[in-house]
Amino acid sequence: MGEKLREQILMAIDKNSKLTSKDLAAMLGSTEEEVEKTMKDLEAETIICGYPTLINWDKTESEKVTALIEVKVTPQRGQGFDKIAERIYKFDEVESVYLMSGGFDLTVMIEGKSMREVANFVSSKLAPMEAVLSTATHFVLKKYKEHGLPLVHEKSDERMLITP
Amino acid sequence: MKDPLSKTIVGIEPSGIRKFFDIVSEMKDAISLGVGEPDFDTPWHIREEGIYSLEKGRTFYTSNAGLKELKVEICKYLNRRLGVQYDYNHETIVTIGGSEAIDISLRAMLDPGDEVLIPQPCYVSYLPCVTLAGGKPVIIELKVENQFKLTKEQLLAAITDKTKVLILPFPNNPTGAIMEYDDLKEIAKVVEEKDIFVITDEIYSELTYGKKHVSIAEFPGMKERTILINGFSKSYAMTGWRLGYAVGPRNIIEQMVKIHQYAIMCAPTTSQYAAVEALRNGDSDVETMRNAYDMRRKYLINALHEMGLECFEPYGAFYVFPCIKSLGMTSDEFATKLLKEEKVAVVPGTAFGNCGEGFLRISYAYSIENLKIAMERIERFVTKIKK
Repeated sequence: MGEKLREQILMAIDKNSKLTSKDLAAMLGSTEEEVEKTMKDLEAETIICGYPTLINWDKTESEKVTALIEVKVTPQRGQGFDKIAERIYKFDEVESVYLMSGGFDLTVMIEGKSMREVANFVSSKLAPMEAVLSTATHFVLKKYKEHGLPLVHEKSDERMLITP
Repeated sequence: MKDPLSKTIVGIEPSGIRKFFDIVSEMKDAISLGVGEPDFDTPWHIREEGIYSLEKGRTFYTSNAGLKELKVEICKYLNRRLGVQYDYNHETIVTIGGSEAIDISLRAMLDPGDEVLIPQPCYVSYLPCVTLAGGKPVIIELKVENQFKLTKEQLLAAITDKTKVLILPFPNNPTGAIMEYDDLKEIAKVVEEKDIFVITDEIYSELTYGKKHVSIAEFPGMKERTILINGFSKSYAMTGWRLGYAVGPRNIIEQMVKIHQYAIMCAPTTSQYAAVEALRNGDSDVETMRNAYDMRRKYLINALHEMGLECFEPYGAFYVFPCIKSLGMTSDEFATKLLKEEKVAVVPGTAFGNCGEGFLRISYAYSIENLKIAMERIERFVTKIKK
């Protein structure tokens, strides 16, 4: 039950973290206490790392710029890429960091208020780091889908209201 | 002027669901739990294959019985799932949804006066299709105490010298009931002893929860006397593609192909190409949808129990069938009042046969958010009645 419930909870809240533990208990045939305890464990193990909200900022007044930066770095003896990745991800501007296979080492996603802010970050913070060999910055023009959810169009229920 | 209409057709009652549909359509902000089709879109890779077939200009008829690739995939699928082997060339026909397969299998098998056993509550098409094929429908009323399963005793009691076909609609719409291995074993014995045939409508076969779907065709001696109907509508969320199939004994399928070739020609070509993709690469989509339905199913049963409504646990399809007899109203009264007062549409059990009286069909082909709001409203309604 334990392992299965953990997996079921993760699958259920992956796309909808608004579900309450009461809902989850009903949906998974468990109890509220059991669900709450399991979620606490998952949080403690940093399997659940947070409950963010997927917002399409393009539809709001606030200006946001997202950039994807390809970074080539020199891995450090004994620590590989982890140390340099950590130095990068600690910046508040950094949304995500991935270690990549292929032509470059790290993908760094930056969110800033303007292109200038992103440019400043790259030129004054990221590029000068000793371990960073080169950067290539790509600005995001439009977001279509994130975390498995489409951001652009909303589709209403087009089914007939009653069918046999 | 002569009466232009056929007496047979005029004599057939319009579907009880229709009347309800008209009331619901008038209401703008009603939440409907009355739909008999998945809320998921057809998985994109399947749709994409349909689009690709159009781009390639595959816009011609296929052979009457269906595209060879599709028939081969259907037989592979049935072998994989049920362990029953069918010959794609002589024992398989691709139809316009499961609906056409129901119609033409009955027409291929019935002569005037032949009796067809229809367990109710059930999907609305069987009865009129039997009448249209010249047969005589004989209703078996399933009971909630048996979890709406067909029992051997009920079957034996309904069989006469004229009985030709038994329709087995499991997993069942509207009750969500399924027939398990031991249940079907008993039925299979009677079918063989009494020398009757079976049309098994397994359109919801992929949607069973925690219990494996079993087909009567798996039992010894049954493949020879069974037409198995299935399709893509429910399992792959492909209702609008209109695609189903039937497999069974060569002599029956041949006659079905004959009706199909004159009345229909062939199933839509685009849909057939998309269905090949569904069978080849769609297993994980089905599993994702099944998991989602299962969570909603548990959620609904729990919510109904919490508001004090009796509801047996259904293990198939995407319906729950709660009992409202304790509230002292008929299904029709309850559904009409619920719609007017709380703007939630459910289907009265009576739309699926007289023995559906006292029950409601609630579909869970809706998001949890939707179900949550609907359950809050139903609870408020039930509390008000109980006072």
